[in-house]
Amino acid sequence: MLKHPQILLASNLKDGEVMFLGATGWERDYRLARVAHTAQEAKALEEIGQKDYAANEVVDVYLTDVALTATGAPAPLHYREKMRIKGPSVRLDLGKQASGA
Amino acid sequence: MTIPDTHVASRHNHPATTYRYDQFDHAFVRERVAEFREQVARRLSGALTEDEFRPFRLMNGLYLQLHAYMLRVAIPYGTLTADQMRRLAEIADRWDKGYGHFTTRQNLQYNWPKLIDTPDILEALADVEMHAIQTSGNCIRNVTADHFAGVAADEIEDPRPTAEFLRQWSSAHPEFSFLPRKFKIAITGATLDRAAILAHDIGLRLVKNDTGDIGYCVTVGGGLGRSPFIGKVICEYVPRASLLAYLEAIMRVYNRYGRRDNKYKARIKILVHEKGIETIRAAVEKEFAAMDQTAFLQDPQEFDRVAASFAPPPYETLPAKSLQLAKDRQEIPAFDHFVSVNVSPHKTAGYAIVTVSLKPISGIPGDATSHQMRVLADASERFGFGELRVSHEQNIILPHVKQDDLFALWQMLDAADLATANAGLVSDIISCPGLDYCSLATARSIPIAQAISQRFSDMARQRRIGKLGIKISGCINACGHHHIGAIGVLGLEKKGQESYQITLGGDPGFSASIGEILGPGVSADQVPDVIEHLVDFYLAERHETEAFIDTWRRLGHARFKDVLRREGEDGADI
Amino acid sequence: MALISNGQFVSDSWRRLADEEALPQSGKIIVSQERLAHALAAHGAHSDIGVIIHNTTEIDTLAPVLPQLGLIAISFPAFADGRGFSLARLIRRAGFSGELRASGRLLADQYAHALGCGFDTVEIPDDIAQRQDESQWRAASKTHQRTYQRGYVSSGSILDARRKAAQ
Repeated sequence: MLKHPQILLASNLKDGEVMFLGATGWERDYRLARVAHTAQEAKALEEIGQKDYAANEVVDVYLTDVALTATGAPAPLHYREKMRIKGPSVRLDLGKQASGA
Repeated sequence: MTIPDTHVASRHNHPATTYRYDQFDHAFVRERVAEFREQVARRLSGALTEDEFRPFRLMNGLYLQLHAYMLRVAIPYGTLTADQMRRLAEIADRWDKGYGHFTTRQNLQYNWPKLIDTPDILEALADVEMHAIQTSGNCIRNVTADHFAGVAADEIEDPRPTAEFLRQWSSAHPEFSFLPRKFKIAITGATLDRAAILAHDIGLRLVKNDTGDIGYCVTVGGGLGRSPFIGKVICEYVPRASLLAYLEAIMRVYNRYGRRDNKYKARIKILVHEKGIETIRAAVEKEFAAMDQTAFLQDPQEFDRVAASFAPPPYETLPAKSLQLAKDRQEIPAFDHFVSVNVSPHKTAGYAIVTVSLKPISGIPGDATSHQMRVLADASERFGFGELRVSHEQNIILPHVKQDDLFALWQMLDAADLATANAGLVSDIISCPGLDYCSLATARSIPIAQAISQRFSDMARQRRIGKLGIKISGCINACGHHHIGAIGVLGLEKKGQESYQITLGGDPGFSASIGEILGPGVSADQVPDVIEHLVDFYLAERHETEAFIDTWRRLGHARFKDVLRREGEDGADI
Repeated sequence: MALISNGQFVSDSWRRLADEEALPQSGKIIVSQERLAHALAAHGAHSDIGVIIHNTTEIDTLAPVLPQLGLIAISFPAFADGRGFSLARLIRRAGFSGELRASGRLLADQYAHALGCGFDTVEIPDDIAQRQDESQWRAASKTHQRTYQRGYVSSGSILDARRKAAQ
């Protein structure tokens, strides 16, 4: 049983941007992340992540806990991942938040 | 893919005042760029796994951070030419997001480079005799030096020729590129330590022996981070000719005996702490005696060649005090304040050292836009022989400004928001990037710096408070050097929230000390309140112009703890 | 295992002898450190004994038998564990002139370091040899031809080159 739903994060090898495993591949927008509700689903996400790590697409792959918002978007629970879906809190003109994340 | 050479030519044809590459130095960095280009290709193809690639990526200064990669460019002994500063601006515009961050080790960080662009960035750096070699990784890092080197009145000798020797000696060292952990060296040639040498793995101080010969007092085992230590003297006097051999002996002992079982116990400071300085000294001396020293003997011609490139620029013969300056100061109060706070005495009559603050009120400490970098480059050429320095306090130094020119310089800086008159004052805060950028961080640090700066935005109040070093780290790795801040702030995580631990009494100089904890962590909102209470208490208790650190030493830590306890009784949840 | 010499994969003329295997009458064999004294006693002064040692070995323990060894292999437990590079320097300093071999999960990117510290050959597991083919080792053998550091095995330090250029 998962304590919280989870999504899978990684960093794009070529450009270092934070990526989220979505329905058909890696997405730059966290709102498109595939949400795991069970331990099995989380494991399945991790397996895809490890495969793509071995295929030299992404690095630093890991699961993180989320809560689902009213719109169904996965909102990370920890403040570190809250930063990662947005960008630097001191430069709102930079990072994902600059394109409306 | 290199930027056209028209940008590289110096506009004012100043004589070089810092080391210039010869053909061999050029070949070395070019080879390194080609090597890294290959390594990136082999990483993308999978010939190198991420674990295998990582140490080599780090040895070329490239980190993977919270939002993107981060490239740390080396600025050896904190010295830059105007052309180099311009190239840094160009790189920021072309491959990053128009700004850079100057660090507590005199380097520059770009926060948004791509791995696939990094070989081209390194090529662009090599064009202007710069690199990102060994700014990360378990190897010898950038050798930092007194940012007033060569121009301060209290100097025995300019430490930078030695620093340049160390830079070359430590570059791509066949034996010492896979150390237990990172290794940091700092050097000073002055009576006041502006390079924090006692907080380094090896600290070097230029000294004279009884016969007036220059040598080095060598300390080892200093370092901040999880377990802060002040460096200990391993040898009071190493003659110039023997320095490289002696350092090689230290490195060999560290490489062989430094712990490799625990990343947090792997620095040389732990080895010194666990074995004792006497044991380490004996091991180093034994190795030093067994070495073939002829390979290391300082080549006098080579030393002269290197030292000559740091020769003082062609200063004009000027009166000690500029009448023009006195007049300008009387007429414009804002300029007068700038001079009293940001300008330091120069050893040559009629000149001055200018500290350009990269800490605008409520700004991000140490950041500069590409426009500001260009202004600094232009300013250094108009007013300073085309030379700049980066201090470990994250400010820029213009080391050769005529007193007569200070007003024109100030106007130029002011137009680019570079004239904040707060050098060394409470809003001249040293801060690591913290959780806004860094994947190692446990809390944000920049917003804390901004909030404190905003609270003390009244410049007259800042001048009344006087010198007060606040240093903020966003995690226990202490890149913000909080341990050696008169007021230190450490950002941690407590129960899923950012929590800030405040320390008092740190000192980076020769009377080095590590700060003492004030109390339990406080929330981000409370930090400016706490700092303000401490400062108000200091102002009420100080003797005349006693600095904060001295009042703290005189009254003792307990008195300052009481200040917060009293505030707690008033209802504030501290 | 694959063996690299002069930037090429070569066949190994030495054979690693398992601890439980009896000492052969002839051939070039590499024994473990624990077995060395026995192997040397059994074979006398032949030059066909080699040893594989831990990277924490103290040179004093090895110095007396150096002249009797044809090969010393230094084990690298991890590629980022650089102790073997210092140990190699010390072994050369003690006068060893036989084959010095770095053994472990080393990368082609470390070939120049190994050569600089006095290693002759590098021995790597097959999975690394597959990813780091001969072209990478060959390319690596040509890098860092000049080192800033003096007194390392190379085609000359940069200082030597400077002096020559200044003449």
